Amino acid sequence: MLSRTADHLYWMARYTERAENLARMLEVNSRMSLLPQGAEIVEQGWVATLTIIGLLDAFRQRYGAVTPTNAIAFLVFDRDNPQSIYSCVRAARENARAVRGTLTSEIWETINGTWLDMRVAGMRSSSDAEVGNFFDWVKHRAHLTRGVIQGTMLRDEAWHFAWLGTYLERSDSTARILDVKYHLLLPRGEKVGGAADYYQWSALLHSVSAFEIYRRVYRDLITPRRVAELLVLRDDMPRSIRRCMSQVHTHLMAVRNAHSAETERRAGELQASLHFGRIEDIFDIGLHEYLMQFMGRTRDLGERVSRDFLVSAAD
Amino acid sequence: MPGVKPYDEMHAEDGSVREHYRAFASWLARTPSDRVAQKRAEADSLFHRVGITFAVYGEEAGTERLIPFDIVPRIIPAREWQQLAAGLKQRVRALNAFIADIYHGQEILAAGRIPAEEVLTNGHYRPEMQGIDVPGSIYAHIAGIDVVRAGAGEFYVLEDNLRVPSGVSYMLEDRRMMMRLFPELFARHSVAPVEHYPDLLLENLRSVAPPGVIDPTVALLTPGACNSAYFEHAFLAQQMGIELVEGQDLYIEDEFLYMRTTRGPQRVDVIYRRIDDDFLDPLVFRPDSMLGIPGLLTAYRSGHVTVANAIGTGVADDKSIYPYVPEMVRFYLGEEPILANVPTYVLRRKEDLDYTLAHLSELVVKEVHGAGGYGMLIGPTASRAQIEQFRERIVRSPEKYIAQPTLTLSACPTFVEAGVAPRHLDLRPFVLSGKDVTMVPGGLTRVALCEGSLVVNSSQGGGTKDTWVLET
Repeated sequence: MLSRTADHLYWMARYTERAENLARMLEVNSRMSLLPQGAEIVEQGWVATLTIIGLLDAFRQRYGAVTPTNAIAFLVFDRDNPQSIYSCVRAARENARAVRGTLTSEIWETINGTWLDMRVAGMRSSSDAEVGNFFDWVKHRAHLTRGVIQGTMLRDEAWHFAWLGTYLERSDSTARILDVKYHLLLPRGEKVGGAADYYQWSALLHSVSAFEIYRRVYRDLITPRRVAELLVLRDDMPRSIRRCMSQVHTHLMAVRNAHSAETERRAGELQASLHFGRIEDIFDIGLHEYLMQFMGRTRDLGERVSRDFLVSAAD
Repeated sequence: MPGVKPYDEMHAEDGSVREHYRAFASWLARTPSDRVAQKRAEADSLFHRVGITFAVYGEEAGTERLIPFDIVPRIIPAREWQQLAAGLKQRVRALNAFIADIYHGQEILAAGRIPAEEVLTNGHYRPEMQGIDVPGSIYAHIAGIDVVRAGAGEFYVLEDNLRVPSGVSYMLEDRRMMMRLFPELFARHSVAPVEHYPDLLLENLRSVAPPGVIDPTVALLTPGACNSAYFEHAFLAQQMGIELVEGQDLYIEDEFLYMRTTRGPQRVDVIYRRIDDDFLDPLVFRPDSMLGIPGLLTAYRSGHVTVANAIGTGVADDKSIYPYVPEMVRFYLGEEPILANVPTYVLRRKEDLDYTLAHLSELVVKEVHGAGGYGMLIGPTASRAQIEQFRERIVRSPEKYIAQPTLTLSACPTFVEAGVAPRHLDLRPFVLSGKDVTMVPGGLTRVALCEGSLVVNSSQGGGTKDTWVLET
């Protein structure tokens, strides 16, 4: 298939996933904000979120004070913020529009429909309750988009590139969601295991649809180590880093070409390290350090995928 | 025009419903108006969701608009269509023969049937094409011929579109929409199907691949998502199952055309291009073009790639050449034209110019290189000042204009704000030329939604209707 087409499909999927993950991240923050705690701690939560997605400076320049209202305005509907949910939905739609001939009409209509509704939503100002519903809506539309891709698309290269984008984005995002929690707790040196801590960890689990899974898998108290294990190393956990990387590897192998050997090797190596990794070793390094390193490696993979497949190599 | 009653597609002189509209009219009379209103709203939201829009130039970047869709179909009885189709195929055959002749022996010029300077000094004549042989001697593989019906119900050809005619996607989507909204109507009419157009088109394009290519690869070249017809480009590529490519996806190596794919270069044998000649090859035409493929003309000359439509077809659909098309039919085919031209005054001729200047308020004056309804004067509805302004432009360069009597285009009942009222329309059927000359029974019907308006272009507020050719 055309390199440019593959590029649009890959980014269509990444932006769809990114919008969803941002909604998930904001949802967990909103939940945490509802806990009985001081304004200062709430602010810290939002600072951590903005930091982890690399937008704290941009936010400060435009809005100044970090308040929940400002942060949500910036991350949800701000069309000048290229990483807002609004902008991600628009970018997903623009990429889809550029290759609508390659998509099934159901996929196009779903993504276009999401955008049309998003535009309407973007014109209304929303109360807190509505924002909660809105996050749910974003998740539902992403579920629907993936479902329609899964249910209607020919299993060809186009399909593989869409999933490659989805899982690379998701692995990065799970790492970030976990790292927000790190920023939030450890610098304050608070004792692990208090009530507030429990709510924070459970909010985090909810944000990646893992609360019930945790209960089923561990049948026990929520501890940071197990949460980390679940989200990093469990192969049966659909949003875990390991699960995502094994999907990345599978879809990458399906589209491999004459230039991609080194990229395949790196993806395989990363996957193997997750496959055989132990949570003890990760905590020895430090969860934050580990996650930072991981994000560096997914960024490298993303760049390599672009170079090997997506920009025209044939000059 | 004021005073002249247009031919009504649905009603006869005495007000009775014409036979081919009877079943529809009785259905419309029986259907509650709120159901019709609800269906019309549904059509709007479906078109939006499906994204059948066209980009509008000159407004904020990325503006997309719907083309209004009217649910009253334009119905053409079988015997009228047969006549029309025969006339259109004949005309396109002659036009292709003309282009082939112009780029080879120029016999028609030698025979004095068309003034040579009319052709050779025409801006759309491409000397680069001289002597190049193209597969099957076909130049206009896809032709969109605009046809109108005047006062007494007779058909005229208004314009030939031989460069990159568009609108066929609306023909297909309008049909799909009507079938989705009113399936019961199709049960009681035998409407000839048009849905196989993309198959015909693909077969047609493959049939003109360079000789010796066994399983030709066809790709559709678009200027990109900002182009007003992008929806159509994507739609057709998808329906044909071919790649939708932009200039940046293509390159020439050793006089062959390749596209860049995730698995490396892939040969392209036939390029269905939807960009103008000027932008096709920056090495030969406009050097500032970012849309084209440097070196394409070289590959074309070597016969390694077929370009559809061919480069240089504009020399045959120019308004200044239009008056000579009936002559081409006689010259190349030895037949009498089945379809009539609108009588046309060629203003580079002294006597035509004098007549026109004396009758500006009765005539339509068109710029010969204009398109899309821009740069024309509709005498009977123009103000005095507009007429005088246009007169100056004509006197300054008469060779840029032609004039025609104002035809009273036929009208068809159409939903408008005040209810159902007659609105003027035209018809663009599409004629495919490859190994054979083929058509699907139908075309794009465009309707002028403003009362009395004769301008049906979508860029100027025109809408569309489904076009039904009846099988019996």
